[in-house]
Amino acid sequence: MLSIKGHNRVSLYTLVLLVLCIGLLAAPQARGELLIRITEGVESAIPIAVVPFKETGQFGPDENVSNILRDNLQMSGEFNPLRPANMLSLPSRGEEVFYRDWRMLGQQYLVVGEAVRQGDQVQVRYEVFTVNGERRILGETATAPITNIRGLAHHISDKVYEAITGVRGAFSTRLAYITVNLEDNRRIYRLHVSDMDGRRSRVRLESNEPVLSPSWSPDGRSLAYVSFESGKPAIYTHELATGQRVKVADFPGLNSAPAWSPDGRYLLLTLSKDGNPEIYRLDLQTRALRRLTNHAAIDTEADWDSRGRGFVFTSDRSGGPQVYLMESLDATAKRLTFGSRYNARPRFSPDGKYVFYVHQREGAFHIARLHIESGEETVLTRTRLDESPSVSPNGRMLIYATREGENSVLTVISVNGGAQYSLPARRGDVRDPAWSPFIN
Amino acid sequence: MFMNMQSKAVAMLFAVGLVAGCSTTGDMEEGDAWGNGIPMDEQAGSSVFADGYDDGISTQAMTEEERRRLEAQAAETGEAALRRITVFYFDFDASEIKREAQDALIAHAAFLRANPNRRVRLEGHTDERGTKEYNMALGERRANSVQRFLVVNGASRNQIEVVSYGEEKPAAMGQGEAAWAQNRRVELIYR
Repeated sequence: MLSIKGHNRVSLYTLVLLVLCIGLLAAPQARGELLIRITEGVESAIPIAVVPFKETGQFGPDENVSNILRDNLQMSGEFNPLRPANMLSLPSRGEEVFYRDWRMLGQQYLVVGEAVRQGDQVQVRYEVFTVNGERRILGETATAPITNIRGLAHHISDKVYEAITGVRGAFSTRLAYITVNLEDNRRIYRLHVSDMDGRRSRVRLESNEPVLSPSWSPDGRSLAYVSFESGKPAIYTHELATGQRVKVADFPGLNSAPAWSPDGRYLLLTLSKDGNPEIYRLDLQTRALRRLTNHAAIDTEADWDSRGRGFVFTSDRSGGPQVYLMESLDATAKRLTFGSRYNARPRFSPDGKYVFYVHQREGAFHIARLHIESGEETVLTRTRLDESPSVSPNGRMLIYATREGENSVLTVISVNGGAQYSLPARRGDVRDPAWSPFIN
Repeated sequence: MFMNMQSKAVAMLFAVGLVAGCSTTGDMEEGDAWGNGIPMDEQAGSSVFADGYDDGISTQAMTEEERRRLEAQAAETGEAALRRITVFYFDFDASEIKREAQDALIAHAAFLRANPNRRVRLEGHTDERGTKEYNMALGERRANSVQRFLVVNGASRNQIEVVSYGEEKPAAMGQGEAAWAQNRRVELIYR
């Protein structure tokens, strides 16, 4: 359904999208859709002109591919898209481009295109040019049903981003997050999955009891999470396309902090069944459990390295929570953080060189980044009650939960600093974000 | 919160009586706690009530029986009042039971010991600061700390169920130490 000229295979992604779209049509109006607010741009961002695509046929106001592309590039923090009102000409094909117009406007890149609607399908032809080199660096035609025009726009965004930066775009990825609303004096917890810009959100689970800590399977098709729906914590896996759920851990005491292994076979999780919180590896096929930590302190919040060999975790064995690394499953735990009294909930960067974690400084909780090899620590956020950092699969962006006035909101920053946007819920709290892997 | 303070105050008043009841080791101390200031041995040692209370009532009988009954009643009322305290508070990132929580927990332990068929659920909570899953573990540590205290004081482990909600179910909304202090707690719930 999202077919690209020259690639006729029907990918798994296509199938997943098809299921999602059918679900969307059948589902009631999505609740808890997030708003988006860009709070900060970056001065060093690359100037790019995305000319409004020529439209042939009927398109709704929310079905404008070039607008979505422009928003995505802006949100990445790495681009500074030119406002269409400031453009001197509006070409839709390479032959119509006068490079002098774009040089005068200080643009480095130019995107032109055309969207044609034929029945329920939309076909988009687009091209990317360098303004100074006057060279075409990308040209493609892509088609999708009109119901998935946002998916199509995200796909195009990924391609444009990669053609210019050399890094795979993450605009087609998704977010899982939890909203909490007070309804009739009861808290209602909902697990949602949306696009990375907060749009097209769908409720996957609704409960009167807490739901937390979503973790994506490496293929992006399932989530693991903690739910208190039975009155005590248990860990479930949940296949998104079918809604099929499996309770995989329901031991006495804590069942928490699931983290899916890169090969999809295991979960790291925290259990206190043997007396105090320890990290275990659960084999999802055989249900075999292997205990990986053994300490009288709290050990929790594990995250696999990208090869699935070792993991980072939080332990308060030094007296307060700090980040530790186990380079292999039977290595000795090595303490990584020393800079303050509270460092917790580490998440690896995709290349394994950094960890991102919650860091307390002068009474405030920020997100910090540690370069593992050098030990260099950088505080990335200025908000004060930050938690749950999650890195985009291309390693360029980071999402976390923080307080904004009365409510908890999600905030996205570029890992190199600067760019920032918030995803507040229309009402109530939104928290516990998990950025999906690349979905193929 | 207001209710909590009120029941706390009532409990404090009765706590004096309870401490006396609990620390009873002999007539001497009972006399100190409940007598009119005259040492028991002096009273007991005098065959004539020379202090002028010659109104036909045997003071001796009063102290031996009535006082015990009153004491038991006061102790029971005191314990019942103490048992109305069911929320116990903690410092940030700490799980030590505070001194002011101990009398009420001793009363709950005594009740559980006397009523082996009763069960309680201990729900551990934290404030919103820090990370969710570390807080989940910290909430459990707080609840376990209360469980150990109850067991040491006579409750049976299998009467007690422990569950941690971490920061998921705050008692008070809002930010700042006033709200956070209300949220760092263990709630004791009879089933």
